[in-house]
Amino acid sequence: MIYADNAATTKMSAAAISAMLNCMEESWGNPSSLYGLGQRASETLQSARERIAACIGASPKEITFTSGGSEADNQAIRSAALLGARKGKRHIISTAFEHHAVLHTLKKLEDEGFEIELLPVGKLGTVTAQQVADAIRTDTALVTVMYANNEIGSILPVSEIGAVCRERGVLFHTDAVQAAGHLPVDVKTQNIDMLSLSAHKFHGPKGAGVLYARQGVPLTRLIEGGAQERGRRAGTENVAAAAGMAAALEETCAHMEENAFKVSALRERLIAGLSQIPHSALNGDPVNRLPGNVSFCFEGVEGESLLLLLDDRGICASSGSACTSGSLDPSHVLLAIGRPHEVAHGSLRLSLCEENSEADAAAILKAVPEIVAYLRNMSPLWKDKISGKREFVL
Amino acid sequence: MALYSEKVMDHFRNPRNVGVIEDADGVGEVGNAVCGDIMKIYLKIEDGIVADVKFETFGCGSAIASSSMATELVKGKPLEQVLQLTNKAVAEALDGLPAHKLHCSVLAEEAIRAAVKDYYERQGLPCSPKDFPDCGSCEGCRR
Repeated sequence: MIYADNAATTKMSAAAISAMLNCMEESWGNPSSLYGLGQRASETLQSARERIAACIGASPKEITFTSGGSEADNQAIRSAALLGARKGKRHIISTAFEHHAVLHTLKKLEDEGFEIELLPVGKLGTVTAQQVADAIRTDTALVTVMYANNEIGSILPVSEIGAVCRERGVLFHTDAVQAAGHLPVDVKTQNIDMLSLSAHKFHGPKGAGVLYARQGVPLTRLIEGGAQERGRRAGTENVAAAAGMAAALEETCAHMEENAFKVSALRERLIAGLSQIPHSALNGDPVNRLPGNVSFCFEGVEGESLLLLLDDRGICASSGSACTSGSLDPSHVLLAIGRPHEVAHGSLRLSLCEENSEADAAAILKAVPEIVAYLRNMSPLWKDKISGKREFVL
Repeated sequence: MALYSEKVMDHFRNPRNVGVIEDADGVGEVGNAVCGDIMKIYLKIEDGIVADVKFETFGCGSAIASSSMATELVKGKPLEQVLQLTNKAVAEALDGLPAHKLHCSVLAEEAIRAAVKDYYERQGLPCSPKDFPDCGSCEGCRR
């Protein structure tokens, strides 16, 4: 099997599994209990908090464990909205291609009376700090802009955006789910007030994430109950998951440069190879790009068919076609960068990690062109294009 | 559980009757590129019977499988029987489709119907409008 869907999830690292097993065997107590077993769990949790904080330049008190990136995004945005509303600020700035965890939370806030401004992301899929500066108003409660896009891999200038927000006194949240463990994160120098990350995107366990909130930024609870997480999130802590997440993040951060070097070389090989397919196009920024992201549109084919045939050859990938999203529309990200519907249906995302090899790249570069040609050969849409009845889009 | 039945995967991996009939007696095309699926059916009619049928499809796995199954179901059948083909019959013959993929079987029924209609029109044969309702079942087109 060739696993090329690391933006969806990653395989857990040996270090993460071992940390979790160790926790489940040795410190399985309730961290709130006062006897030794409970305190061991509390220490494990605290150690995880400290190590994760160190990886992103935060202090341990600024780390709240959550059930994952979505919860962290929800809590960050809700918290900023509530703070803003108290001061009469009900304007929130974001981008058109955020993850649904952000966009759907913003939609709910809009229904509750907030004004949501989604900045256009252009053809390459990015926003500039100037765009953000121009959009900030006196009643802006929050700017939330993702660090890197999950579908097309563009890396956004979060440091510059953070600086603009800091200067204008506006809270800045970044969804760093695709970035953490893969790109340098330093919340202090990058002027980030709140940041979300998710363990399973960097070889940690699923169902575990972190919301970093700068000291002085009060969080609103989404879950009521006990006083865990300093009152910011009720419920007995998932200690093993926190331990696994910390082990995974430490490991990926320690090898970040070498991983990025290796993975981006594979990425470039795939991009060069797939660009040879006629009427295809790379999605996203060719330069400011996640090391492992390869996103393409192929005219005249539909993404789900492509994925099923890749699966038959043992290649795991994903697509932004409507048929794979379970809705009628293709990916909002591809539409946001201006891909027409018919082309967005024919998208393919390969997301690599350091475990992928040159042999994987070779197999992908053999399979994709063959499958695209096969599907085009039975596609009336493609036939109409080559006969001149319809125009090519790409 | 797998996304699709074995039957769907079989017809997707080994689609029957793919291709073009250059001298077709009736051709039907339904769907659109915006929705992400287009089906085109070619019919060769001899003595009121479907002597040959081919299809081309742009679409997902179930769209390709539905087209393939629909061609199998109408091949060798008299036109009156072809017009009895329902999307339900296509889906059942495939051992079912996921709920959000049922429109693929609807598209297959409509593509067959559109090809028969084209045949009737080319031949100047009278036909009942109730056999050829407007293509209005795709939610995408109604938006």
